[in-house]
Amino acid sequence: MNRRPLWEQIVQQLEMRHEELGLAVLQHIKLVAVSMGIAIAIGVALGIAVSRIKALEGPVIGTASTLQTIPSLALLGFMIPFFGIGELPSIIALFLYSLLPIIRNTHAGIAQVDKSVIEAASGMGMTDAQILFRIQLPLAFSVIMAGIRTSAVINVGTATLAAFIGAGGLGDFIFLGISRSMDALVLIGAVPAALLALLLDFVLGRLGRAVTPKGLKI
Amino acid sequence: MVEFDNVSKVHKNGFQSVRSLSFRVHRGEFLVVIGPSGCGKTTTLKMVNRLIPHTSGTITVDGRDIARQNVVELRRNIGYVIQQIGLIPHYTIEENIALVPGLKGWDRRKIRKRVEELLHLVGLDPAVFARRYPKELSGGQQQRVGVARAMAADPALILMDEPFGALDPITRDQLQDEFLRLQKEFRKTVIFVTHDMDEAIRLGDRIAVLKDGELLQLDTPEQLLTNPVHGFVEQFIGKNRIFQNPELLPVTEVMRTDPATIDPLRSPERAITHMRQRRTDTLLCVDGQGRLLGIVSAYDLQGDAARIASVGEIMQPAEPVLPLDATARDALVKIAEARFGLVPIVDEHGKLSGIVTKGSLLSFLAGRWKDEKAGVGS
Repeated sequence: MNRRPLWEQIVQQLEMRHEELGLAVLQHIKLVAVSMGIAIAIGVALGIAVSRIKALEGPVIGTASTLQTIPSLALLGFMIPFFGIGELPSIIALFLYSLLPIIRNTHAGIAQVDKSVIEAASGMGMTDAQILFRIQLPLAFSVIMAGIRTSAVINVGTATLAAFIGAGGLGDFIFLGISRSMDALVLIGAVPAALLALLLDFVLGRLGRAVTPKGLKI
Repeated sequence: MVEFDNVSKVHKNGFQSVRSLSFRVHRGEFLVVIGPSGCGKTTTLKMVNRLIPHTSGTITVDGRDIARQNVVELRRNIGYVIQQIGLIPHYTIEENIALVPGLKGWDRRKIRKRVEELLHLVGLDPAVFARRYPKELSGGQQQRVGVARAMAADPALILMDEPFGALDPITRDQLQDEFLRLQKEFRKTVIFVTHDMDEAIRLGDRIAVLKDGELLQLDTPEQLLTNPVHGFVEQFIGKNRIFQNPELLPVTEVMRTDPATIDPLRSPERAITHMRQRRTDTLLCVDGQGRLLGIVSAYDLQGDAARIASVGEIMQPAEPVLPLDATARDALVKIAEARFGLVPIVDEHGKLSGIVTKGSLLSFLAGRWKDEKAGVGS
């Protein structure tokens, strides 16, 4: 029915829907930001807990890994019986999906801190909390940051699926485009999502480098 | 300063790494704990600052039971140096040294002054090193910082776990010397773990030999070398080590007891004959009681034989002379300045007991070397 070149379609759709698109981008960012915020807070805390209490390592990493194996679409579907549809179930699903890389990297980052540094520090009378906040976390920061980056990029992509359970965001355009066989609409949803992922990756990468302690860069 | 009273460590799996250890380290003393790997020496050290808790007995530091002290307080008052150094990589050298004073809440100006003072003490220029990071320093420099960090809050006691073990031999020698100087200057009490006997002898005021968690002997290096109380101690320190330490070998071991002697009243002709018989070019003049009077040499005899009636007339004073309780080291030193290439050894009454010659020193050492090569032991 629509034989015009793709770029003309895109221009036409953008003229019609630019307000909607703006809202969708904001909605998408909101889904990602809230779910990532919670994932970082809880993921880092769990990563620290796992690195201190050996017994937690199996259950926590195991659970997070299992969550990661569930297809993202299925996980979103799972949420409906418990939380209905809309933003809340989407954020919960995205949060669960983002946990594993953060927990794992926090654990790995703390574990890779030289044992002799910890021994010397505790032998000189630093408390466990001082060792954690002044030595282990700063030294683990770049590794934790890498985990957050991985999570964030996956999260932006997965968030497009949240449209399925009525959370809105850029996914709305993609699904609309698919159901109407309109490539232009798919692209209007997909390209901003991809750009968002790249931008986030770049910003977090920069941030990671900026907060890497100076003594480690030499 | 530090006292172990019947201290044992039993691990969860039932292994007993330290068995009823009792000893005392005096204030200002440098105690070296030595033994083969797995003997419990590191465990012993780490029990003092409670990095490893002991399971029975009492350890007191400065008269106070460590088990009843706040562990953080205890550790902040004890310096700690380990082989892997363990400098905090994202702290500058200055911040690393300032760590304990900072934890103790000293004020900034005082800390800064102290850091500067310590860097000077360990031979690092603060202007060059204070702002650097550990990675920018060599291993030897890093351990200098490690030592400075341990001394930062001026603890009376410093624990050291093979601190120089990972350094190259030249750097190790330097650091040993410098640390010993610092320890004596500031009268720190030091407990120092090593498996290197040379290091132990060099540094220790006393050495504790541990095996299988038991204390076999705790003595001065001299006592340990000359008087090992246990077969293992003897084997571990190696008897041959004595020859690397000639100051520990009595001169009687390297002297000949049959020197060629002559009564100074004898004629020069008789002396020359005697020399020929004994195949020597010097005779020691002794009186009737065997007391040493002087030395005559073949050279002097040949020149003056026609002119004199007795060798006493051309006898030269015997210099240098060593007493019986001298060491092989004294002999080595004296022989270099002895006019006739020999050093007479006399007892407390001036009686000649023997002589050390270059030949007797050499043949003694060569004999030891041969035994060792043949695997006979010495």
